[in-house]
Amino acid sequence: MVEAHAAVDPAEAHIDRLLHALSDATRRDIVRHTLRGEHSVSSLARRYPMSFAAVQKHVAVLHRAGIVSKQAKGREQLVRADIDAVRTVARLLDQYEAIWRGRMDRIDALLAEPEQGADP
Amino acid sequence: MTVTDVRKDIDALTLTITAVFAAPAERVWTVWSDPRRLERWWGPPTHPATVTDHDLRPGGVVRYFMTSPEGDKYHGFWTIATVDAPHHLSFEDAFADDAGNAAPNMPVTRAEVTLRELGDGRTEMIVASTFPSAEAMEQLIEMGMLAGIVLCITQITPLLAEA
Repeated sequence: MVEAHAAVDPAEAHIDRLLHALSDATRRDIVRHTLRGEHSVSSLARRYPMSFAAVQKHVAVLHRAGIVSKQAKGREQLVRADIDAVRTVARLLDQYEAIWRGRMDRIDALLAEPEQGADP
Repeated sequence: MTVTDVRKDIDALTLTITAVFAAPAERVWTVWSDPRRLERWWGPPTHPATVTDHDLRPGGVVRYFMTSPEGDKYHGFWTIATVDAPHHLSFEDAFADDAGNAAPNMPVTRAEVTLRELGDGRTEMIVASTFPSAEAMEQLIEMGMLAGIVLCITQITPLLAEA
Protein backbone atom coordinates (compact mmCIF):
# COMPACT_ATOMS: atom_id res chain seq x y z
CA MET A 1 0.00 0.00 0.00
CA VAL A 2 2.79 2.40 0.85
CA GLU A 3 5.00 2.87 -2.16
CA ALA A 4 8.09 4.97 -2.68
CA HIS A 5 5.62 7.66 -3.47
CA ALA A 6 7.87 10.74 -3.50
CA ALA A 7 9.60 9.60 -6.65
CA VAL A 8 6.34 8.59 -8.29
CA ASP A 9 4.06 11.54 -8.07
CA PRO A 10 5.24 15.16 -8.23
CA ALA A 11 2.07 16.25 -6.42
CA GLU A 12 2.91 14.01 -3.50
CA ALA A 13 6.54 15.04 -3.53
CA HIS A 14 5.31 18.57 -3.20
CA ILE A 15 3.10 17.80 -0.22
CA ASP A 16 5.99 15.92 1.38
CA ARG A 17 8.10 19.07 1.28
CA LEU A 18 5.20 21.16 2.51
CA LEU A 19 4.46 19.02 5.54
CA HIS A 20 8.11 18.49 6.36
CA ALA A 21 8.62 22.24 6.26
CA LEU A 22 5.78 22.77 8.73
CA SER A 23 6.81 19.99 11.10
CA ASP A 24 9.17 22.33 12.98
CA ALA A 25 7.95 24.81 15.60
CA THR A 26 10.40 27.57 14.62
CA ARG A 27 9.43 27.27 10.97
CA ARG A 28 5.74 27.42 11.86
CA ASP A 29 6.44 30.56 13.86
CA ILE A 30 8.28 32.10 10.92
CA VAL A 31 5.28 31.33 8.71
CA ARG A 32 2.84 32.84 11.21
CA HIS A 33 4.99 35.93 11.43
CA THR A 34 5.58 36.42 7.73
CA LEU A 35 1.92 35.87 6.83
CA ARG A 36 1.25 39.29 8.34
CA GLY A 37 3.97 41.05 6.38
CA GLU A 38 7.47 40.93 4.98
CA HIS A 39 10.37 40.46 7.35
CA SER A 40 14.08 40.39 6.71
CA VAL A 41 16.02 37.26 7.65
CA SER A 42 18.04 39.29 10.15
CA SER A 43 14.92 40.63 11.88
CA LEU A 44 13.55 37.08 12.03
CA ALA A 45 16.86 35.87 13.45
CA ARG A 46 16.49 38.27 16.38
CA ARG A 47 13.25 36.49 17.37
CA TYR A 48 14.83 33.12 18.06
CA PRO A 49 17.58 31.94 20.37
CA MET A 50 19.65 30.58 17.51
CA SER A 51 22.23 31.77 15.03
CA PHE A 52 21.49 33.82 11.91
CA ALA A 53 22.71 30.85 9.85
CA ALA A 54 20.27 28.49 11.59
CA VAL A 55 17.33 30.81 10.92
CA GLN A 56 18.51 31.24 7.34
CA LYS A 57 18.40 27.44 6.97
CA HIS A 58 14.83 27.34 8.28
CA VAL A 59 13.85 30.03 5.78
CA ALA A 60 15.53 28.01 3.01
CA VAL A 61 13.47 24.89 3.90
CA LEU A 62 10.28 26.98 3.82
CA HIS A 63 11.34 28.52 0.51
CA ARG A 64 12.02 25.15 -1.12
CA ALA A 65 8.57 23.98 -0.01
CA GLY A 66 7.05 27.03 -1.63
CA ILE A 67 5.66 28.32 1.65
CA VAL A 68 7.61 31.59 1.67
CA SER A 69 8.99 33.79 -1.06
CA LYS A 70 12.28 35.67 -0.79
CA GLN A 71 12.96 39.03 -2.33
CA ALA A 72 16.26 40.85 -2.30
CA LYS A 73 16.12 44.40 -1.07
CA GLY A 74 19.50 46.05 -0.85
CA ARG A 75 21.66 43.78 1.27
CA GLU A 76 18.62 42.24 2.92
CA GLN A 77 16.42 39.29 1.97
CA LEU A 78 12.74 39.94 2.61
CA VAL A 79 10.66 36.90 3.49
CA ARG A 80 6.92 36.60 3.02
CA ALA A 81 4.64 33.58 3.54
CA ASP A 82 2.39 32.32 0.76
CA ILE A 83 -1.16 32.08 2.09
CA ASP A 84 -2.12 29.45 -0.51
CA ALA A 85 0.53 27.03 0.70
CA VAL A 86 -0.72 27.38 4.24
CA ARG A 87 -4.25 26.80 3.00
CA THR A 88 -3.15 23.44 1.60
CA VAL A 89 -2.45 22.22 5.12
CA ALA A 90 -5.80 23.62 6.16
CA ARG A 91 -7.38 21.53 3.45
CA LEU A 92 -5.81 18.37 4.87
CA LEU A 93 -7.67 19.13 8.07
CA ASP A 94 -10.79 19.75 5.95
CA GLN A 95 -10.57 16.18 4.71
CA TYR A 96 -10.25 14.91 8.25
CA GLU A 97 -13.23 17.05 9.16
CA ALA A 98 -15.25 15.36 6.42
CA ILE A 99 -14.42 11.95 7.90
CA TRP A 100 -15.67 13.06 11.32
CA ARG A 101 -18.78 14.73 9.92
CA GLY A 102 -19.64 11.38 8.31
CA ARG A 103 -19.11 9.62 11.63
CA MET A 104 -21.28 12.12 13.50
CA ASP A 105 -24.07 11.66 10.93
CA ARG A 106 -23.90 7.87 11.29
CA ILE A 107 -24.03 8.15 15.09
CA ASP A 108 -27.05 10.41 14.75
CA ALA A 109 -28.81 7.84 12.55
CA LEU A 110 -27.87 5.07 14.98
CA LEU A 111 -29.28 6.96 17.95
CA ALA A 112 -32.50 7.66 16.05
CA GLU A 113 -33.24 3.92 15.88
CA PRO A 114 -35.61 2.52 18.50
CA GLU A 115 -33.72 1.25 21.55
CA GLN A 116 -33.17 -2.50 21.53
CA GLY A 117 -35.27 -4.27 24.12
CA ALA A 118 -37.04 -1.06 25.01
CA ASP A 119 -40.75 -1.13 25.62
CA PRO A 120 -42.66 0.35 22.69
CA MET B 1 -27.67 19.91 12.06
CA THR B 2 -25.79 17.23 13.91
CA VAL B 3 -22.43 18.99 13.77
CA THR B 4 -22.64 22.36 15.49
CA ASP B 5 -19.02 23.52 15.55
CA VAL B 6 -15.69 22.73 13.90
CA ARG B 7 -12.41 24.21 15.02
CA LYS B 8 -9.11 23.68 13.26
CA ASP B 9 -5.85 24.63 14.84
CA ILE B 10 -3.34 24.33 12.01
CA ASP B 11 -0.43 25.08 14.29
CA ALA B 12 -1.35 22.45 16.89
CA LEU B 13 -2.60 20.09 14.13
CA THR B 14 -5.82 19.60 16.04
CA LEU B 15 -9.35 19.21 14.74
CA THR B 16 -12.14 19.73 17.28
CA ILE B 17 -15.62 18.80 16.12
CA THR B 18 -18.79 19.29 18.18
CA ALA B 19 -22.10 17.55 17.54
CA VAL B 20 -25.44 17.52 19.34
CA PHE B 21 -27.54 14.36 19.55
CA ALA B 22 -31.17 13.99 20.62
CA ALA B 23 -30.42 11.46 23.34
CA PRO B 24 -29.19 11.46 26.94
CA ALA B 25 -25.45 11.02 27.58
CA GLU B 26 -25.93 7.41 28.78
CA ARG B 27 -27.39 6.51 25.40
CA VAL B 28 -24.84 8.44 23.33
CA TRP B 29 -22.11 6.74 25.32
CA THR B 30 -23.25 3.33 24.00
CA VAL B 31 -21.92 4.20 20.51
CA TRP B 32 -18.45 3.96 22.13
CA SER B 33 -19.07 1.34 24.80
CA ASP B 34 -20.94 -1.22 22.69
CA PRO B 35 -18.62 -2.74 20.06
CA ARG B 36 -21.54 -3.74 17.82
CA ARG B 37 -22.73 -0.14 17.79
CA LEU B 38 -19.21 1.24 17.40
CA GLU B 39 -18.63 -0.76 14.24
CA ARG B 40 -21.75 0.73 12.68
CA TRP B 41 -20.26 4.23 12.52
CA TRP B 42 -16.46 4.19 12.85
CA GLY B 43 -15.77 3.16 9.26
CA PRO B 44 -17.36 4.84 6.24
CA PRO B 45 -20.05 2.79 4.42
CA THR B 46 -17.44 1.78 1.82
CA HIS B 47 -15.01 0.55 4.54
CA PRO B 48 -17.09 -0.95 7.35
CA ALA B 49 -15.33 -1.58 10.64
CA THR B 50 -15.23 -4.88 12.51
CA VAL B 51 -14.32 -4.63 16.20
CA THR B 52 -12.47 -7.72 17.40
CA ASP B 53 -11.42 -6.66 20.92
CA HIS B 54 -13.07 -4.09 23.10
CA ASP B 55 -11.72 -3.32 26.55
CA LEU B 56 -12.79 0.20 27.42
CA ARG B 57 -10.69 0.65 30.55
CA PRO B 58 -7.54 2.70 31.14
CA GLY B 59 -4.73 0.72 29.50
CA GLY B 60 -7.28 -1.42 27.68
CA VAL B 61 -7.23 -1.99 23.94
CA VAL B 62 -9.92 -1.78 21.28
CA ARG B 63 -8.94 -3.60 18.09
CA TYR B 64 -10.66 -3.20 14.76
CA PHE B 65 -10.18 -3.61 11.06
CA MET B 66 -11.85 -1.90 8.16
CA THR B 67 -12.61 -3.81 4.96
CA SER B 68 -12.32 -2.14 1.57
CA PRO B 69 -14.67 -2.96 -1.34
CA GLU B 70 -11.77 -5.02 -2.76
CA GLY B 71 -11.59 -7.03 0.45
CA ASP B 72 -8.37 -5.43 1.77
CA LYS B 73 -8.26 -5.18 5.52
CA TYR B 74 -6.86 -2.15 7.36
CA HIS B 75 -6.10 -2.89 10.98
CA GLY B 76 -6.01 -0.40 13.79
CA PHE B 77 -6.29 -0.26 17.52
CA TRP B 78 -6.98 2.19 20.29
CA THR B 79 -5.05 2.28 23.52
CA ILE B 80 -7.39 3.68 26.13
CA ALA B 81 -5.90 6.44 28.28
CA THR B 82 -8.84 7.61 30.40
CA VAL B 83 -12.48 6.57 30.74
CA ASP B 84 -15.17 8.28 32.78
CA ALA B 85 -18.51 6.88 31.57
CA PRO B 86 -20.64 8.45 30.24
CA HIS B 87 -18.79 11.74 30.02
CA HIS B 88 -15.21 11.29 28.96
CA LEU B 89 -12.96 9.04 26.91
CA SER B 90 -9.45 9.56 25.60
CA PHE B 91 -7.36 7.17 23.56
CA GLU B 92 -4.58 6.87 21.03
CA ASP B 93 -5.55 5.50 17.63
CA ALA B 94 -2.74 3.57 15.95
CA PHE B 95 -2.14 1.30 13.00
CA ALA B 96 -1.55 -2.43 13.25
CA ASP B 97 -0.21 -5.11 10.94
CA ASP B 98 -2.42 -7.89 9.57
CA ALA B 99 -1.91 -9.90 12.75
CA GLY B 100 -3.19 -6.94 14.76
CA ASN B 101 0.22 -6.11 16.26
CA ALA B 102 1.32 -2.50 16.58
CA ALA B 103 2.91 -1.25 13.37
CA PRO B 104 6.24 0.38 14.28
CA ASN B 105 6.96 3.95 13.18
CA MET B 106 3.37 4.57 12.26
CA PRO B 107 1.63 7.77 13.31
CA VAL B 108 -0.60 7.78 16.34
CA THR B 109 -3.58 10.12 16.56
CA ARG B 110 -4.79 11.21 19.98
CA ALA B 111 -8.55 11.49 20.45
CA GLU B 112 -10.33 13.17 23.31
CA VAL B 113 -14.09 12.66 23.62
CA THR B 114 -16.32 14.71 25.92
CA LEU B 115 -20.08 14.23 26.40
CA ARG B 116 -22.14 16.92 28.07
CA GLU B 117 -25.90 16.83 28.68
CA LEU B 118 -27.59 20.04 27.62
CA GLY B 119 -30.48 19.62 30.10
CA ASP B 120 -33.17 19.29 27.43
CA GLY B 121 -32.68 15.60 26.69
CA ARG B 122 -29.92 16.34 24.19
CA THR B 123 -26.20 15.65 24.54
CA GLU B 124 -23.28 17.54 23.12
CA MET B 125 -20.31 15.44 22.05
CA ILE B 126 -16.91 17.04 21.44
CA VAL B 127 -14.17 15.05 19.72
CA ALA B 128 -10.69 16.59 19.58
CA SER B 129 -8.23 14.77 17.32
CA THR B 130 -4.56 15.70 17.46
CA PHE B 131 -1.85 14.63 15.06
CA PRO B 132 1.56 14.29 16.69
CA SER B 133 3.25 16.15 13.81
CA ALA B 134 2.73 17.29 10.27
CA GLU B 135 4.90 14.32 9.30
CA ALA B 136 2.38 12.05 10.97
CA MET B 137 -0.36 13.64 8.90
CA GLU B 138 1.76 13.03 5.86
CA GLN B 139 2.16 9.37 6.84
CA LEU B 140 -1.58 9.05 7.29
CA ILE B 141 -1.99 10.30 3.76
CA GLU B 142 0.53 7.78 2.49
CA MET B 143 -1.33 5.03 4.27
CA GLY B 144 -4.35 5.87 2.21
CA MET B 145 -6.14 6.02 5.52
CA LEU B 146 -7.69 9.36 4.78
CA ALA B 147 -9.21 8.43 1.49
CA GLY B 148 -9.63 11.34 -0.82
CA ILE B 149 -6.82 13.45 0.53
CA VAL B 150 -4.35 12.55 -2.17
CA LEU B 151 -7.00 13.39 -4.74
CA CYS B 152 -7.48 16.72 -3.01
CA ILE B 153 -3.73 17.41 -3.07
CA THR B 154 -3.53 16.57 -6.74
CA GLN B 155 -6.22 19.15 -7.40
CA ILE B 156 -4.49 21.79 -5.30
CA THR B 157 -0.98 21.40 -6.66
CA PRO B 158 -1.72 23.05 -10.04
CA LEU B 159 -3.06 26.04 -8.10
CA LEU B 160 0.16 26.25 -6.12
CA ALA B 161 2.20 26.03 -9.31
CA GLU B 162 0.43 29.15 -10.60
CA ALA B 163 1.55 31.20 -7.61
